Amino acid sequence: MVNEPLLNVKELKTIFSTEKGPVTAVDGVTFHVDSGETVGIVGESGCGKSVTAESIMRLLNEQTTKYEGAITYNGKNLLHLSKEQMRKIRGNEISMIFQDPMTSLNPVYTIGNQITETIMIHQKLSKEKAYVKAIEMLELTGIPSPEKRIYEYPHNLSGGMRQRVMIAMALSCHPSLLIADEPTTALDVTIQAQILDVISDLKKELNMGVMMITHDLGVVAEVCSRVVVMYLGQVIEEADVDTLFFNPKHPYTKGLLKSIPKLDGDRNSKLHVVEGTVPSLDNIPEGCRFAPRCAYADELCLNRAPELETTDEGNKVRCWHYKRIFEEEGANATTS
Amino acid sequence: MLQPVKEDTPLHVEDRMQNKTEPAEPLLKVSNLKKHFPLTNVFGRPTGYVKAVNHVEFELHEKETLGLVGESGCGKSTTGRTLLRLTEPSDGEAIYKGRDIFKLNDKEMLKMRREFQMVFQDPHSSLNPKKRIGSSVEEPMNIHGIGNKNDRMERALDLLQKVGLREDQYFRYPHEFSGGQRQRIGIARALAVNPKMIVCDEPVSALDVSIQSQVINLLEEIQDNFDLAYLFIAHDLSVVRHIADNIGVMYLGYVVERAPTDELFSQPLHPYTQALLSAIPMPNPRIKKERIVIKGDVPSPMNLPSGCVFHTRCPHVMPRCKEDVPALEKKATGHFVACHLYD
Repeated sequence: MVNEPLLNVKELKTIFSTEKGPVTAVDGVTFHVDSGETVGIVGESGCGKSVTAESIMRLLNEQTTKYEGAITYNGKNLLHLSKEQMRKIRGNEISMIFQDPMTSLNPVYTIGNQITETIMIHQKLSKEKAYVKAIEMLELTGIPSPEKRIYEYPHNLSGGMRQRVMIAMALSCHPSLLIADEPTTALDVTIQAQILDVISDLKKELNMGVMMITHDLGVVAEVCSRVVVMYLGQVIEEADVDTLFFNPKHPYTKGLLKSIPKLDGDRNSKLHVVEGTVPSLDNIPEGCRFAPRCAYADELCLNRAPELETTDEGNKVRCWHYKRIFEEEGANATTS
Repeated sequence: MLQPVKEDTPLHVEDRMQNKTEPAEPLLKVSNLKKHFPLTNVFGRPTGYVKAVNHVEFELHEKETLGLVGESGCGKSTTGRTLLRLTEPSDGEAIYKGRDIFKLNDKEMLKMRREFQMVFQDPHSSLNPKKRIGSSVEEPMNIHGIGNKNDRMERALDLLQKVGLREDQYFRYPHEFSGGQRQRIGIARALAVNPKMIVCDEPVSALDVSIQSQVINLLEEIQDNFDLAYLFIAHDLSVVRHIADNIGVMYLGYVVERAPTDELFSQPLHPYTQALLSAIPMPNPRIKKERIVIKGDVPSPMNLPSGCVFHTRCPHVMPRCKEDVPALEKKATGHFVACHLYD
């Protein structure tokens, strides 16, 4: 790749200081997002996917958080910017949509107030022009009669509508990067389908890069072109979406894909199970972090941590034995 | 992990499904169930009603799993809760062994709860944090006066093992367990009184993907071993498809369609079912599904649309739909639909 990616996260470490000592929630995460593409960040709770997003936005309490590594956006390392410089980027060039639309809007202001605030601060428009712009954005996200809705309060709106308001707010300054942290998890499936359509339409229109954080592999398959799988603060696999679903390399990814019930799967067979549970961050296993739950683990895995390797196809995987496992099992299409 | 408690081999899912087609008496027959929650002003006078459940009817057979699906606010959880009389129904009947459980007095209802148990969604709030998990599992046996102290402890230890926990965890507290393990404890507690039916209210939706499949497998195993019937309430259709023999689709307090699982997925009749099925994202990037997008939001249950409640969003709406409420009618064996398109 000749061009510098829009967002380049390199060896990012986010360390929280707690009463019990430092906890490394994100441990050496590397990935990039280009303009106009949607990258999925997948993993179970506690894998560090949300903390990665919050580190990029620098939303964490910096008195108790230490960062290492680099987050390069448009040639600037975000970790070196001052608070003032960061504030100019947030909401203007990089925007974020949060999971819970019920709590991320301010209940005492009208939605018009909240959308125009961003527009007035970043684009220096007058109040009247900002309202026109806000109505335009609401229309774009598919809210019926936005010129009336704009004077309503968040409690007047349903969950799906609130999430649209969040999207309108996040996109009102035409950001070049959108971070969506579980944007549809709190919504019903029919509403989820509408919201995913809105995000991908606007992505095309504005040529944004989108970082889609989710635990739902169905959502990943539908909207992402590349996927980063995280486990216990580390990237364990990165691949294009087709390879990830049809030829996953890491045993964790394989297990995860096999354990979800499929709409076209065999109903009478038992579901595949990934044994055990995710260990807590203050009790990280030595060696490979997935080894205690892995069916292929041996001495080597339990003692030495594998590096994130680049495969022959140019994808990445963090496993000692992925080649051997692939030879033994072949490309068993886990999704079929 | 789990040993069968009976000598004879557990029935396979297929056998179960064949048994079900026999015209046997249903274990539970619910008809015309209604639940309207009154909204009151400061003087306690009702000013309106939240019509959570309007017309629900279904049959649940022995050892069968009936899935109830629908979006938030469709009344599926309220339906489950009224069956255990955790909330009192406004109208309707539920016949179990020839008796209407909505007409039982408190004493009789207490006895009935030995046969009906419930597993809740949130494993973090459904266990008492101050109680050791052993006593949480024993509590239902205390209430129903089953056995003496030693018997109860023995049974609790046995149940913990059956749901995949260790006996030495008997004295631990809920905060020492992960979400998946707590859900196992909730299941052990429901099994303590040897029920005939368990209402599972979103039992896996709070769990991570890799833990979900562990709990689903466990629910299937104990269903075979304990001859249980499940009313399985969930919004995740892929999970329901895996576990349920029959599925009822709910919208705004009505069951709009009910069919055997495979038939519902291959031949959905109601426009809402069709839209719901088409909206599920498939974990397969090579399939690009044609989505049926239904416009707008679910109307407020305080102010229901006239006629068919789905007519405000239905792509096939006809003038008739705004006036007449369609009845749930049989279209094929076991397949019922409430829609004027099929009259």
